[in-house]
Amino acid sequence: MARNKFDFETTYKLLENKLTELKDLSVSLHCDFSSEIANVEKRINELKEERYKNLTPWEQVLISRDLERPMTRDYIELLCTEFIELHGDRLYGDDPAIVGGIGIFDGRSVTVIGHQKGKDTADNISHNFGMPRPEGYRKAYRLLQEAEKFGRPVLTFINTPGAEPGIGAEERGQAWAISQLLLCLSNLKVPVISVITGEGGSGGALALTIADRILMLSNAVFSVASPETCASILLRDIKRADEMAAALKLSAASLKDMGIVDEVIDEPVNEHLLDAPDFVLSLESSIKKHLNEVCSQPIAELLEQRYLRLRNIGKFWE
Amino acid sequence: MFKPAFNKKKTYIDLSGIKKSPLTFDSGEGNFSCPACSAWISEAEKIQNNDFCPRCSHHFAVTAWERIYSLCDEDSFDEWDDNLISYNPLEFPDYEEKLDKAREETRLPEAIITGRSKIGGVDVIVAAMDSRFMMASMGSVVGEKICRAIEGAIKYSLPFIIVCCSGGARMQEGMLSLMQMGKTSAAVGRLNAAGLLFISILTHPTTGGVTASFASLADIIIAEPGALIGFTGPRVIEQTTGQKLPAGFQRSEFLLQHGMIDIIQPRLEIRSLLVQLLNLHQGGSHGEKQV
Repeated sequence: MARNKFDFETTYKLLENKLTELKDLSVSLHCDFSSEIANVEKRINELKEERYKNLTPWEQVLISRDLERPMTRDYIELLCTEFIELHGDRLYGDDPAIVGGIGIFDGRSVTVIGHQKGKDTADNISHNFGMPRPEGYRKAYRLLQEAEKFGRPVLTFINTPGAEPGIGAEERGQAWAISQLLLCLSNLKVPVISVITGEGGSGGALALTIADRILMLSNAVFSVASPETCASILLRDIKRADEMAAALKLSAASLKDMGIVDEVIDEPVNEHLLDAPDFVLSLESSIKKHLNEVCSQPIAELLEQRYLRLRNIGKFWE
Repeated sequence: MFKPAFNKKKTYIDLSGIKKSPLTFDSGEGNFSCPACSAWISEAEKIQNNDFCPRCSHHFAVTAWERIYSLCDEDSFDEWDDNLISYNPLEFPDYEEKLDKAREETRLPEAIITGRSKIGGVDVIVAAMDSRFMMASMGSVVGEKICRAIEGAIKYSLPFIIVCCSGGARMQEGMLSLMQMGKTSAAVGRLNAAGLLFISILTHPTTGGVTASFASLADIIIAEPGALIGFTGPRVIEQTTGQKLPAGFQRSEFLLQHGMIDIIQPRLEIRSLLVQLLNLHQGGSHGEKQV
């Protein structure tokens, strides 16, 4: 079982190293290897593409957790202008694991709320690894109420391992904070669009994913519990998390089939997400399209649809 | 080198708070040890004592049907939706076997019983979860039955009362289970909009996705003494943080102290409390005088 995304990337790393050697050699020997170099490059890209097209669910879990993926602040910078971040829950503190504020997207002012992980270990610690405490959910709650007051649509970006497991979080009512947010979003009188950008971890992610439309990046995942947790509880062996990742049907494609996700946005194979113009364009146009649709509906009709959307999830015999 | 015994500083454990009832050690056939105080009890003693430990009043788990019978007026319970059956939508390994085993052991179709009933003569919609059925985890059927019960409460304009216990969302149904949190919370939203009373009774243990959805959204939250109630389980918190958990962490008394629940009520007194609460909520708005 691969431990991180680079385990299965080692093959390309080797080839890429060879390629760099070849390039260096061509410079130092003043020889023209350009056609060979082009060939090797093409071969590497083909291999990568082939590999990324056939990722296992566990590999997608590893990719979804990658800290090089864009975080909520990156998406805000990409999509919004004039963004102002707002802070604090007015009760206890300000949670760095959830960012929120107001900005302009596609000519409309919108409230944006999302989970925030750090870019490296130090940064990640300061954001508590993107695991919100009750303060984070209560800040989100407050910002949602503010959005409702001013009739402003809401965008949420989901990327968290889950709500923080901790003594303080329990003392301050983690479960109460999450349930309040679920209730609030389920009948918030403004349109809500959620984008699952990375790791959708359990109730801590769901708290911001009650929406009129749910979009999901192709390598993002959303799961009832992490594959590791399921493996340790159900199989008593955390090393079999890859089996659980497959069994949980946590990939974007599976969730689209289940009717939980509305649209999957394809990720590029070779580039960093935000460096790929096709990806940026399709993300932007997809949010625009859905936002235009939900904003043009009367709010009573939208709320009825939001309720039915949730109400119809579940499979059983009767 | 050994130090002389008389130089050793002695520290004594404070035993003043512990009840002085005798501890019995009759570990004969069918007897078991109380998980809270380790006293040996027989099944007969337990039943005689209304499912409490005779020594420390530990509340043993009771079945959903026992809950219904102990809370509702005699012969008033009309069960709903007992035809809803779980299957294995994700083809999750071993799920069918677990369901079969749970059905066989509990003789219940699923981990929750819902229906219409009377408590102290007042019509109510009532639900009770059963921890013997896969730790009363919430999958599609549990979520659906709760929603139908709430929608029934709205249809007949009745209060909704639920006795909760659960390990959280059911892993074997994946995201279908997790979404039940949103689904049940949305139904509570409609109950609120209809201005109807919602009482939740939290019993040992209520954790995870159930605590973080409908269970904590009630108008009035009652808990049984000593029940474990929280979001993340204590073992996971201990493992991930490496911190020693404070005494009584996530127990009902801890939650009352931190402002998360309204009342801690011993099991035998819950019915009378419900009758009183139902009466207080009748008659209606703006201080109209009750006759």
